[in-house]
Amino acid sequence: MSREPAASQQYLTFKLAGEEYGLGIRLVQEIRGWSAVTAIPHSPDWMLGVMDLRGVPVPIMDLRRRFELEPAQFGPSTVVIVIRVPSGDQERTVGLVVDAVSEVYDINAADCRSLPDIGSAASSEVVQGLAQADGKTLILLDAARLTANAVH
Amino acid sequence: MTLDLAQFHETFFEESFEALGSMEAALLKLSAGEADGELINTIFRVAHSIKGGSATFGFTDVAAFTHTLETLLDQLRSGQRQVQSSIVDILLRSVDVLREMLSATQRKQPADPAMAAGLHAELQAIVKSPTGSPAPVVAKLATVAPPAVAPPGSSPAEAIRGWRIRLVPGARMMEHGNDPLRMMRELATLGTLVTRADAGKVPTLAELDPEVCLLSWDMELRSEVELVAVEQIFEWAVGECTLSIEPLSPVDSPAVPVPAAAVAPALAPQEVAAPKPKAKAPAAAEAARAPSGEGGSIRVSIEKIDELLNSVGELVITQSVCSQLAATLEGRQANDLRNALVQFERHMRALQESVMRVRMLPIASIFNRFPRMIRDLGQRLGKKLELKMSGDQTELDKTVLEKIGDPLVHLVRNAVDHGIEMPDKRRAAGKDEQGTISLHAYHKGGNVIVEVSDDGAGLNRERILTKARERGLVGADEELSDDKILNLIFAPGFSTADVVSDVSGRGVGMDVVRRNINEIGGHVQLYSTPGKGSMVRIRLPLTLAILDGQLARVGKEIYIVPIVSIVETIQIRRDQVSSLAGKAELLRLRDEYIPIVRLYELFGTQADHTDLVNGLLMIVEADGKRVGLFVDELMSQQQVVIKSLETNFRQVTALAGATMLGDGHVALILDIPGVIVRYLDQPQAARADLSREAA
Repeated sequence: MSREPAASQQYLTFKLAGEEYGLGIRLVQEIRGWSAVTAIPHSPDWMLGVMDLRGVPVPIMDLRRRFELEPAQFGPSTVVIVIRVPSGDQERTVGLVVDAVSEVYDINAADCRSLPDIGSAASSEVVQGLAQADGKTLILLDAARLTANAVH
Repeated sequence: MTLDLAQFHETFFEESFEALGSMEAALLKLSAGEADGELINTIFRVAHSIKGGSATFGFTDVAAFTHTLETLLDQLRSGQRQVQSSIVDILLRSVDVLREMLSATQRKQPADPAMAAGLHAELQAIVKSPTGSPAPVVAKLATVAPPAVAPPGSSPAEAIRGWRIRLVPGARMMEHGNDPLRMMRELATLGTLVTRADAGKVPTLAELDPEVCLLSWDMELRSEVELVAVEQIFEWAVGECTLSIEPLSPVDSPAVPVPAAAVAPALAPQEVAAPKPKAKAPAAAEAARAPSGEGGSIRVSIEKIDELLNSVGELVITQSVCSQLAATLEGRQANDLRNALVQFERHMRALQESVMRVRMLPIASIFNRFPRMIRDLGQRLGKKLELKMSGDQTELDKTVLEKIGDPLVHLVRNAVDHGIEMPDKRRAAGKDEQGTISLHAYHKGGNVIVEVSDDGAGLNRERILTKARERGLVGADEELSDDKILNLIFAPGFSTADVVSDVSGRGVGMDVVRRNINEIGGHVQLYSTPGKGSMVRIRLPLTLAILDGQLARVGKEIYIVPIVSIVETIQIRRDQVSSLAGKAELLRLRDEYIPIVRLYELFGTQADHTDLVNGLLMIVEADGKRVGLFVDELMSQQQVVIKSLETNFRQVTALAGATMLGDGHVALILDIPGVIVRYLDQPQAARADLSREAA
């Protein structure tokens, strides 16, 4: 973890309803295909259920529903990004269903802009900031808040 | 002597070595000037545990040594004696000596008694010395020669049928912690022991000094053991008693006869004594005395098992990828490949299950040590005891098991020592003379519950409060609720016992119990009714526990119901169902009414059947309450590994966790008490709608 002034961090980006989102790549454990999940009773609709990941039940979150976007059909091409997020003194493993994985970008902390006040969009509270890459705007997500909100 | 305690020896040794490590670390901190009470408590607990364990297993020499050590530590703990570097030194040396003694005992070889005896005498001298300075003592016992080992080649054990032992304790023998009863118990483990006590010197009660042992004994030990084994038992009493050991029948062995009071001087040439770890022990005798030993099992670190578990997990994934690929292939050989892969998958599952089961052990491995302990304690304390145990096949993760061993020993000792009254008191109270100690283990609500209860006097709340005030734990005019008073006994150093005994009463125990249980995420609760007895209930997590489950299908979902909570499963006849004020559905079963819980409704999923007569009703029970779970169909029964939902998600009411089914799906495990709570919390209206639908 080098914290040079011009430190850049790598982000894995993914597509969601035409928008491109980014997650710190160090959090990403693996990317895998969609397989059936077991619904957990009395959980929010965007919490799809739990999936067997090498013998461990991992909650799977539908990011489209989470951000109140039009739900998509799940099929063999649906992608789950499995991330590991520190939570207290432990780590939480959570899967995120996205449309497609896009690229990996180096982004300088200095090039990050904070999100302007846009009211109470479902996604705004979990956005870390905005950044530019390849002429596109990337929405960088705060994984800790994303998962903390998801499970409590 | 039917119970083989030897199976627990290995655990005891491993635990003791670990404990000695922490004692050493604490001592080293202490020597650096950090003289805080917690450190001394840690050290004290180590000595206490080793003493308790070695006494239970009959390692008399270790027990005697740690007893003295503990007495010194108690003085330090209570502040009677200041911590000085000289004392820390001697304590560190005690750690070394204990390690030596334990590893020698582990190898079933006699330890070097000279070293231990020297230090033991030094410790005793400090304990007796009025101030903190360790008196330079020439160890009285230091000259004791190492016990003889039979010369290699000869096999005296075959010729000797037993020993005649005469023990006349000296006036001060008891004072030095040498308990003749303990020696006899030890002897009894070697073979058949017949003892005859001579009470000729016992005066009238008025003149009796309870500190002095006035009895003497003639004993006959019928056994194949070697002389050295018998001598070892009396090792600490040498010089404090008159002892003679003779063979029962004259034999031509070179090692006998032994002249009276001549045990201390060397019996055999020095060269063969003081065995080193690698010294060749007399093979025949050694093999005979060490049945199985380490042969049956090996110790593997949990990390290695977890690594293995993870690798197997990855392998399962790879295998399923292969199967998926094969499914898309076509051609003549594709079928063969698929068949081979089916085999592969089956083997894979078996492998995965075996690896998981490596971590799980029945609680019997801990429960089994209690019958002997209860018997010994009963004899020592003169109490009549009966032990009742149930659920000893309840499986727990090994790490959990390791942590609850000591707490359970403490609890059982406490129950016997403080709980159960003397027979005459019990008779006076109108109870059966024989006290009962109960140990129960069972699954409940995603936890394993272990209960230790006694039908003794119960806790004396007044006395606890008085003691707590004396110790400054509670202010003089502070008023406490009953619960809070009971909880005081979990405070470090708290003890209401008037006598500090070999068994308990040094106030170590309940704080350790709670600490150990809390460390593994468990919970301790104490219940006590004056005159009726006490119960300690330990709730343990079963992060990795295996559960016998009944698979039940509701629509597309499969739920797992712990078999232990299932009473019966029935098909419903319409005339059995009645609704109560339109708010709940009840099933009349024989002479009771059972509320019907529609699982699909409770969990908000879809079911195949909404008409009660088409599905099945599983009657389950928890906390004395019964409900019927309405499901579509029952599937197989299988052992499932419980996985926590909390780790990655959160706790969910009515669910004890999840498990992975063979097809890679996750199935939810029901927590029956939680299901009942959830059902009762349901808005009445929802239930009313339900019964109308059904009607």
